Amino acid sequence: MRKAATLAGLTALLAVVIFPLYYTVAGSLMTQEDLTRFPPALFPSGLNWDNFAGVLRAVPLARQYLNSIVVSLCVVAGILVTSVLAGYAFTFLEFPFRRFAFGLFLSTMMIPAEASIIPNYLTMADWGLVNTFPALILPFLASGFGTFMMRQFFMTFPREVYEAAKVEGCGHLRFLWSILVPLSRPALGTLAVYSFIGTYNHYFWPLLVTNTPSMQTLQIGLAQLNSVEERAPNLILAGVVMAIIPMLVMIYAFQRHIVRGLTTGAVK
Amino acid sequence: MSTASLPRGRYRRKDVVVAVCFLAPATAVFVMFGFYPLVRTVWLSVAASDIFGNVTGFVGLDRYADFFADPALRRVLLVTLAFVLATVLPTLLIGLFLALVLQARVPGIGFFRTLMATPFAFSAAAAAVVFDIFYSPSVGLFNGLLDLAGLPVAQWLTDPATALPSLALVSVWRDLGYAMLVFSAGLQAIPESLFEAARTDGAGRWTLLRRIVLPLLSPTMFFLLVVSTISSLQTFGEINILTGGGPDGATTTLVYGLYQSAFAFGASDYGLASVQAVVLLVLVMVITIIQFRFLQRKVFYG
Repeated sequence: MRKAATLAGLTALLAVVIFPLYYTVAGSLMTQEDLTRFPPALFPSGLNWDNFAGVLRAVPLARQYLNSIVVSLCVVAGILVTSVLAGYAFTFLEFPFRRFAFGLFLSTMMIPAEASIIPNYLTMADWGLVNTFPALILPFLASGFGTFMMRQFFMTFPREVYEAAKVEGCGHLRFLWSILVPLSRPALGTLAVYSFIGTYNHYFWPLLVTNTPSMQTLQIGLAQLNSVEERAPNLILAGVVMAIIPMLVMIYAFQRHIVRGLTTGAVK
Repeated sequence: MSTASLPRGRYRRKDVVVAVCFLAPATAVFVMFGFYPLVRTVWLSVAASDIFGNVTGFVGLDRYADFFADPALRRVLLVTLAFVLATVLPTLLIGLFLALVLQARVPGIGFFRTLMATPFAFSAAAAAVVFDIFYSPSVGLFNGLLDLAGLPVAQWLTDPATALPSLALVSVWRDLGYAMLVFSAGLQAIPESLFEAARTDGAGRWTLLRRIVLPLLSPTMFFLLVVSTISSLQTFGEINILTGGGPDGATTTLVYGLYQSAFAFGASDYGLASVQAVVLLVLVMVITIIQFRFLQRKVFYG
């Protein structure tokens, strides 16, 4: 009895919290009339799959999708490489000013991207890179958080294995590539998921450095879609559904990784 | 043979070379797109510049004086503060509430928790676009509901009184799942034996919550407070899509003010924009430093 009441309460709460998600999916299948009549429709009058074709005709969303995926994958690859290399140096190598350099790396986490966005835009303009992939990718190829995370993970690695590998004459790169990286898959996975989501959701920077629909990312495409197709919410919602599918897949498939990434430092 | 026992100040040549090579890629990115632009932002905030960002003169701290003295310019600080309060407090309270409710021992609770976290799948742009449809004055769902209930409809995004709370709602909705997940992780770290001991002593639900859960959750709460405040200060997409900083500046926060000064309507006022960027930077740094201090104290005395 108590359990039934709890379940009912939870279901009601859940309905409120995920209502916008429900409405996005339902609305992407509604007709324009469903969405604009009074009282508002809560269920689609039929399954209007053509909304998805319609939105692809209205704006180059497929191309923008591709742009977003390409940019996010490049940034993830870059962050993994730079963070693993730097994390390795800060864990296994002795060199002058190590603490100072590590502090400097960590300090980048304190700099909000918006505080340096004007000079970064001017740099891209100087280099003639506005409206290109490099402009969307280059500034994000290293991460203080990523370096910190990899170092924390490498610190838990048994020192004896490292010493033994050295004695066997195993070089740094070989040790890193054939022993450390395969054993670091959980940390690499978390960092990859975390960076992918962050980059995929970027808005301010892509808005500044792109100016043609074919170079814009999906997020900017959604905003454009919202302003040009104002009278066709069914098309807009179909666009949103396409945009959130990769995220939904990620949060269901990698929930553990996401929680671990988000709570690094939160729980002792 | 041990590496750790090298005498101070002596390094293996090979290790130093490898370290330099390994640190070079990340350092290059940080210098080019992190530290150098930061210095240039500070420089632009005290210099006169043309539309290409080339410095043409020096104005010193005049702009800062103007920014803090002129009520029209200073207003972005008040709007920012209001926006932070309107997003962070509800996110934390509702997130905590959801996490507590989701501790219930009923079948399928993991399923509920996963579904409850789905708003996290929405980017700022995706959430803003969906809520823009809800807020539509004529055909939107919100006014539809008000009308059904016989209440007067609202001009959600164009009325100065409702624009900021309407924006905040979008952020709160999007961040709820995250706060709930973090609180849940914190709750699960509390040892079950504590609850059992307290229950044996006859403690009721409220006592458990007040005397055990909340105190032990305070580091989690502090972490979320800091993270949410910083992310709230950086909110841009929702404002850009839903209100464009309006009506009449009612939703122009520091970040949005920076954008408008530098890039909107061909303004190119890099000086004023940089002043706002520096103020934002100082705010974020102060919050982060407070967090570090607090965490250190927790480690030493906790």
